[in-house]
Amino acid sequence: MAHIFFDHISTTPLDPRVYEAMKPYFLEWYGNPSSHIHDQGQAALVAVDAARGAVAGLVNADPREIVFTSGATEANNLAIKGVAEAHAKKGRHIIVSEVEHFSVMNSLLPLGNRGYEVTRLKVDRDGKVDPEDVRSEIRADTILISVMHANSEIGTIEPVAEIGRIAREREVLFHTDATASAGHVPLDVRETGADLVTLSGHNFYGPKGAGALFVRDGVALASQLDGGFQERGFRAGTENVPAVVGMGAAAGIAKAEMDGWGDRLRGLGKRLRDGIEATVSHVHFTGHATDRLPGHVSFWVEFAEGESLLLFLNLRGVMAASGSACSSNLRGHDEEDLVASPVLRAIGVPSDVCTGSITFSMGKGNTGEEVDEVLGVLPGIVRRLWDMSPTYLDYQKRGTR
Amino acid sequence: MAGPYSEKVMDHFMNPRNVGEIENADGVGEVGNPACGDMMRLYLKVDGGKIVDAKFRTFGCGAAIASSSMLTEMIKGKTIEEARAITNRHVADALDGLPPVKIHCSVMAEEAVKSALEDYARKHAG
Ligand code: FES
Repeated sequence: MAHIFFDHISTTPLDPRVYEAMKPYFLEWYGNPSSHIHDQGQAALVAVDAARGAVAGLVNADPREIVFTSGATEANNLAIKGVAEAHAKKGRHIIVSEVEHFSVMNSLLPLGNRGYEVTRLKVDRDGKVDPEDVRSEIRADTILISVMHANSEIGTIEPVAEIGRIAREREVLFHTDATASAGHVPLDVRETGADLVTLSGHNFYGPKGAGALFVRDGVALASQLDGGFQERGFRAGTENVPAVVGMGAAAGIAKAEMDGWGDRLRGLGKRLRDGIEATVSHVHFTGHATDRLPGHVSFWVEFAEGESLLLFLNLRGVMAASGSACSSNLRGHDEEDLVASPVLRAIGVPSDVCTGSITFSMGKGNTGEEVDEVLGVLPGIVRRLWDMSPTYLDYQKRGTR
Repeated sequence: MAGPYSEKVMDHFMNPRNVGEIENADGVGEVGNPACGDMMRLYLKVDGGKIVDAKFRTFGCGAAIASSSMLTEMIKGKTIEEARAITNRHVADALDGLPPVKIHCSVMAEEAVKSALEDYARKHAG
């Protein structure tokens, strides 16, 4: 059977070159970078610093500005809670977009009980924040603006450079979560004017378990883990050396090759989108048409439910993602764990129906043949679900929804 | 590879029994699932106090489709009283269980048969 991985927003496969770079740091060089007086620790420290340089290079940062974490979730927690605590004297107002990742949104929850106020910026139908809204929401007590670089579910790239400029003008810190975009589209922290940027190693062909927060030199941040003085005191705990090394290797590869990947993936994305448009009716594409992640195609299909689409696709060897409530968190405990995607709600997808929202996200290893194979199975799967759907039947009989 | 659902669920999802509608059905039930907007419509043919045919259409997740399919299998040949006694637990058990978050999808099946039988009673009252 086919094995077509079109879910690169959830994670990416490890690049074999990254795997090779990591290998010596399991059995041979197992030292702790903090114990660098001896050869083992020194080797680990040198490797972690080299990785720091490579990750910094990916976003045009200084190596000193890179704080390694366990992943993007921890980096987002550190950015939000760290700024909130360190800047509480200036104020307690934070501005975010309404389409941020759960690790940003849920980091804000405990702050609510401590007197912080959060403004959630609306997005337009394409999922974009209007930078002018950012400007008008800034108050004297605003300490942080957090708007993601790209949305994984609908692919839209946010106008972060404009938002960064406004933040700079008004002297408010600006954080952007670049989990979905880093290593796929260029991101220059100087040009963007970002003070904090979240990066995730496993989202650009690195290993799971390594992420980073860019912290612009001079930005005050309260550490969220009590312990030693690793990572300039921003993040206690022994570094996950093999994963950090892997993230560094992945950053180096991405910097050198991402332009080429992007060109190819934009071509594949167009082929997939055009093909879906030509073969499946009642399709609504989501996200911005051009300002979007390369190789990312997202849409919903009327009268077809998301989880059922995903299950049938998987039975045909095609792995994708859905924002439908019915497919969220199948290992949860009760109905409360079935949450319809806040992103889809924010862009106006009818929330009273469990729509067939699908995200196909391609990666550098995908091919045109795979796109064609997906296009070969998708219309039949949709048809099969329509034939089972009472709403489609009514629509056919009445000619209206 | 084993997914979140049992083999029975996947079998009924991939090859749902009794999909369709019954012309001039004796009872039709339609229920929605407020948790997620899904919908099930059930058609019954009743003869001599027994359910002689059942068909369904469902818009919903894998568990909803499998529950609908299993339900139609379970009620065919049953008397109205027997069918009314079927609960979502029976349906879920017959499917070798459902993930806890998906139990409510089988509730839709239980409610559909109750609603279809009410419709039948209404149509055949006197
Ligand atoms: S019917 Fe929507 S979760 Fe099962």
